Amino acid sequence: MATLEDDVEATAIRPFHVNVPEAELTELRRRIKATKWPDRETVTDASQGVQLAFMQALARYWATDYDWRRCEARLNAHPQFITEIDGLDIHFIHARSRHQDAMPLIVTHGWPGSPIEQLKIIDPLTNPTVHGGSASDAFHVVIPSMAGYGFSGKPTTPGWDPARMARAWVALMKRLGYRRFAAQGGDWGAFVTNLMAQQAPPELIGIHVNFSGAAPPDVGKALQSGGPPPAGLSAEERRAYDQMAFLYQHVPTQLMMAAHPQTLYGLADSPVALAAWMIDHDVASYGHIVKLFVDGEPYGDLTRDDILDNITLAWLTNTGVSSARLYVEYKGAFFNDYDISVPAAVSVFPEEVYQAPRSWTERAYHNLVHFNALAKGGHFAAWEQPQLFSQEVRAGFRSLRG
Amino acid sequence: MAKLADVAEATAIRPFQVNVPEAELTELRRRINATRLPEKETVADFSQGVPLATVQKLARYWATEYDWRKVEARLNAAPNFLTEIDGLDIHFIHVRSKHENALPVVVTHGWPGSIIEQLKIVDPLTNPTAHGRSASDAFHVVIPSMPGYGFSGKPTSTGWDAQRIARAWIVLMKRLGYTKFVAQGGDWGAIVTELMATQGDPALIGVHTSMPNAVPVEIDAAASAGKPVPPGLSDEERRAYERLAFFYTQVYYAFHMGTRPQTLVGLADSPVGLATFLIDHDARSLELIARSFNGVAEGLTRDDVLDNVTLFWLTNTGVSAARLYWEYKLGFFVPKGVTIPVAVSSFPDDLYPMPRSWAERAYPNLIHYNTLPKGGHFAAWEQPALLTEEMRVGFRSLRN
Repeated sequence: MATLEDDVEATAIRPFHVNVPEAELTELRRRIKATKWPDRETVTDASQGVQLAFMQALARYWATDYDWRRCEARLNAHPQFITEIDGLDIHFIHARSRHQDAMPLIVTHGWPGSPIEQLKIIDPLTNPTVHGGSASDAFHVVIPSMAGYGFSGKPTTPGWDPARMARAWVALMKRLGYRRFAAQGGDWGAFVTNLMAQQAPPELIGIHVNFSGAAPPDVGKALQSGGPPPAGLSAEERRAYDQMAFLYQHVPTQLMMAAHPQTLYGLADSPVALAAWMIDHDVASYGHIVKLFVDGEPYGDLTRDDILDNITLAWLTNTGVSSARLYVEYKGAFFNDYDISVPAAVSVFPEEVYQAPRSWTERAYHNLVHFNALAKGGHFAAWEQPQLFSQEVRAGFRSLRG
Repeated sequence: MAKLADVAEATAIRPFQVNVPEAELTELRRRINATRLPEKETVADFSQGVPLATVQKLARYWATEYDWRKVEARLNAAPNFLTEIDGLDIHFIHVRSKHENALPVVVTHGWPGSIIEQLKIVDPLTNPTAHGRSASDAFHVVIPSMPGYGFSGKPTSTGWDAQRIARAWIVLMKRLGYTKFVAQGGDWGAIVTELMATQGDPALIGVHTSMPNAVPVEIDAAASAGKPVPPGLSDEERRAYERLAFFYTQVYYAFHMGTRPQTLVGLADSPVGLATFLIDHDARSLELIARSFNGVAEGLTRDDVLDNVTLFWLTNTGVSAARLYWEYKLGFFVPKGVTIPVAVSSFPDDLYPMPRSWAERAYPNLIHYNTLPKGGHFAAWEQPALLTEEMRVGFRSLRN
């Protein structure tokens, strides 16, 4: 899809435009319409996974009304580039603020995500004065696609774990001329951001995460062994522990990807298989997405098109398996005893898979400059609540501006 | 595919023949040829799952040379039937021996399996004299398809767990007129067989298992939690522990089917997605299957593998079969409390080689124990001669 000039230097920053051939969109619709379905689940709830009636409603909309070209136009409305870092092409959006003192910020998406998760926060962050903020709140925004995701290259050898991604992001920001910058992320983006903070490059001003993943060692150990919670937890900590323990029993998708991602050939061959796999992320977001498609019930700022933009991107780039491989690359735990001295801001959204207690957050981030529990929003905060999310990013980094 | 006589009573035993419309086979080949593959794995081994090169060979052979009609003829060469049990149509093969004193046996397949796993043992068991054994070794063989598998019905409500299958098999054998019989199985078939043995029904006089549910509870718990080898194990037990602990690090596909089977819509929509999911059962069987597509036919042939996968495809049972994991709440490998006579065969490439010590501990009435020189998880399919000999020897003391 990209027109690449072979003779440019590896470190060159090459402009990129998305322009999917019409034949690929026709073929996608053909496949969706030709879907061979399994029989209906034997329960009346979501306890066996993604429900048939919902998937059929999604497929119907995807094959008929859905228009990829609108997403393509939204992507191409932002300056996009590709540059080679550590041997791999990295795709990114780079939106500079017109405010010269804007703070450079690199925002990392998660799984099952892509830069499409972050499109709605670009204008509020780069152009705050039209969104109720002041010029002093402005950011220059860089949104890369993780290795194996979207329009970035797919690694052909092992080693592209979140720590390597974090090092690559620092190289990217420096290559863009930013000598000081901040970083933000949720889901895998938070792992990348936390690891960057632990690496503590001198260029990193501070971080903001909306999934801290920080837990004391006794909590992490109890979770991994499925044991009882450690003694002495506060009510807030106990609630978080129970949510995390529930999560350990409800991440079969993630565990499968961590074990044998290459066995998931259906993600490359079947659009509905890819869609079902990506939508089955967590109980809360799945419930909202079903109501959105089946009942038309609003899900924050998320639309059916948002959901399908992200899935269609994964389909068109054939990145179901390559994105799953990140789980096999990562050798750490879901929850870690982070030791982070870089200034950190943490936002806790109420429908996130767990609510990080302030106590654990303070323990992990020795320089916690912002901690806030929000009234609404879930795992895909930037996508679902872009205004709240943008306010959190502004508030979180305000004290770190020079 | 079946011609069902609507007027027949539910308990009637209706003859069944397999006859897949040509259009379905054409459509299958079309889909295989249209497969969109992912890129190659980033490793040079099986650690990320089924390698791309294996899948490309499998897909090429499946779309071009493979002939479903051959296995259809093999299936139809045996008497097939349907009968309704506990509200669900159960498909089964029923081959009576010409030897009247033959011992009736119900043989249960597993996942990712079907009755195709057992086709090779039908003649050796029913017709031993043609295989160098005596008439006194003969069996009447009943091979049912589990609910949600193959040509059996797909449950539309919850409750068809392994215990219910075990009860249904006893009903089936009695409906066929057998008042005294034995049972055999590996994988899920072993679990169903052992759960039959705990029903306390005197008609079942003994069982044979190639995947003994005999791992001590505390050993199984330690292995599933990835703990170091517990102290006090013999060398043989230690080897079994290490193999079991390794298997637990690989078995997330089962965890997925056990919690989110309905999310696996790719099993219905993508033939290659179905095939790869089915052949990635355990490391040694995947390597065996990969070798068969590389031209080394030991144990399983390419046709064997694809007969089974194609049966899943044509019956659209990828998800309904997966649901058995969701239904099941007990342990896979721990003792079920079997006190009737048990014969155990331990195949070296199965998930774990069963130590005699654990078998003796789990089965107070262990009538046969043997470790085989070769063979893996799909014993009946890979090593039919060895397995049938094990069944003959194992059950010999239970014959009149």
